Amino acid sequence: MADGDPDLRQTPLVAIHRALGARLIEFGGWLMPVQYGGILEEHRAVRERAGLFDLSHMGELFVDGAGAGDGLAHALISDPRALAIGRAHYSMLCASDGGIVDDLIVYRLAEQSFLVVANAANAAVVSDELADRLAGYAAVLDDRSLDTALVAIQGPRAAAVLSPLTTVSLDALRYYAIGEGTVAGIPALVARTGYTGEDGFEVFIDWNKGEAVWNALAAAGSDAGVMACGLGARDTLRLEAGMPLYGNELDRATNPYEAGLGRTVKLDKPGDFVGRTALEKANRDEPTRRLVGLSVTGRGIARHGHRVLVGDRVSGVVTSGTHSPTLGHAIAMAYIAPSDAEPGTMVAVEIRDQPVAAEVVQLPFYRRQR
Amino acid sequence: MNPTDLRYTKDHEWVRVEGDSATIGITQFATEQLGDIVYVELPAVGSSLQQGAVFGVVESVKAVSDLFAPLSGEVVASNDALSGQPELVNQDPFGTGWMIRVRLADAGEPDALLDAAAYDALSAEA
Repeated sequence: MADGDPDLRQTPLVAIHRALGARLIEFGGWLMPVQYGGILEEHRAVRERAGLFDLSHMGELFVDGAGAGDGLAHALISDPRALAIGRAHYSMLCASDGGIVDDLIVYRLAEQSFLVVANAANAAVVSDELADRLAGYAAVLDDRSLDTALVAIQGPRAAAVLSPLTTVSLDALRYYAIGEGTVAGIPALVARTGYTGEDGFEVFIDWNKGEAVWNALAAAGSDAGVMACGLGARDTLRLEAGMPLYGNELDRATNPYEAGLGRTVKLDKPGDFVGRTALEKANRDEPTRRLVGLSVTGRGIARHGHRVLVGDRVSGVVTSGTHSPTLGHAIAMAYIAPSDAEPGTMVAVEIRDQPVAAEVVQLPFYRRQR
Repeated sequence: MNPTDLRYTKDHEWVRVEGDSATIGITQFATEQLGDIVYVELPAVGSSLQQGAVFGVVESVKAVSDLFAPLSGEVVASNDALSGQPELVNQDPFGTGWMIRVRLADAGEPDALLDAAAYDALSAEA
């Protein structure tokens, strides 16, 4: 069992997860909770109330210095110099051939100070790549992944629960913004970002303050019905919200244009950046496949690796699929031939050798009411 | 914890023998391991099962698991309610969450299955 594997890293919250009865699994080299009670109830808690997530496995890379903005603009496909202080954007680190090494969130903390948040499984690679790519710029990379705990509270009641605990003014904190202050008296960075399709916050604190912040949020949220949520619900929530997952929709063999994320590539930014030539070509060429949403209309659940058929022809492959707790039927994301990618196109997903009907639909599957 | 009037397999199916037929489902332990069940695929009435062969599939939100036939025989009934309410398997695995009823091909086969005490021990180890 993953529970006893000594090679796995443990977040500062693992004792809390055990006490809550979580099922722990390996994820990206970490021992992480996949679920506490059940994925469906955790999913519903986030859609209807709020959920608490331990994301301490994520990588936190701080980049500081007079050349930090220029260095990151060279290293990443976005242009962090264009960020106002206190704002964030979605970005990627690509290889020189345009393949995606990781997808990231970049926060601008101050004029010369940025925070890059990477996926757990890629954090070491991103850290090494950034160190290489920042060489020659007046910028210092500080990989604080193992010194930083990250607790997220996500859902329509997240602001009401967090607000009394923090000195950061949540009314003034817009979506994709970050502020510095305290949470439960503990110095924290509070960002209005997430991976669930709901309003919510991500709270960065020192590693050894993780438990205190989790407990404060759990206590403050108990009357509001806040529930601890694991990676299982995180996956169904992000899939309903049409958000890609590295390793499923994104990988080294995929460029941002194929993934429908061409808007994140700032080809018009000044200066060269890693992958520019390949990405300019990818932008010019017609893609050979497109990422689409599938709504499964037949009986069955499409899963990662299932083939997508149009008649007898193989059109592509499912990258993520699950039962959608909100919609009550199976949904999936898939790469398919561009000629089949128009919403409304009927396709079939091959589930255990049987074709099951599905319809190409616009992403996301779920959009919250604002 | 497991009903003493049933027989069990190491694959976590249960069997209730009544005359020349048997009702089959999966145990509470199995449902706890699987998590929320969202899809159940069962064989058509009239199809024949071979002991140990795959006869269906249960899917939870995260996982897909095969169902293995605890006994050989012909399927005489299948729990149609599970197509609309797969959650019955979680809620009442030994009752309304039953899966299929089989006419036994070999009346001796059930005797070789685990009794409740043996299955209690097996699931406690897992």
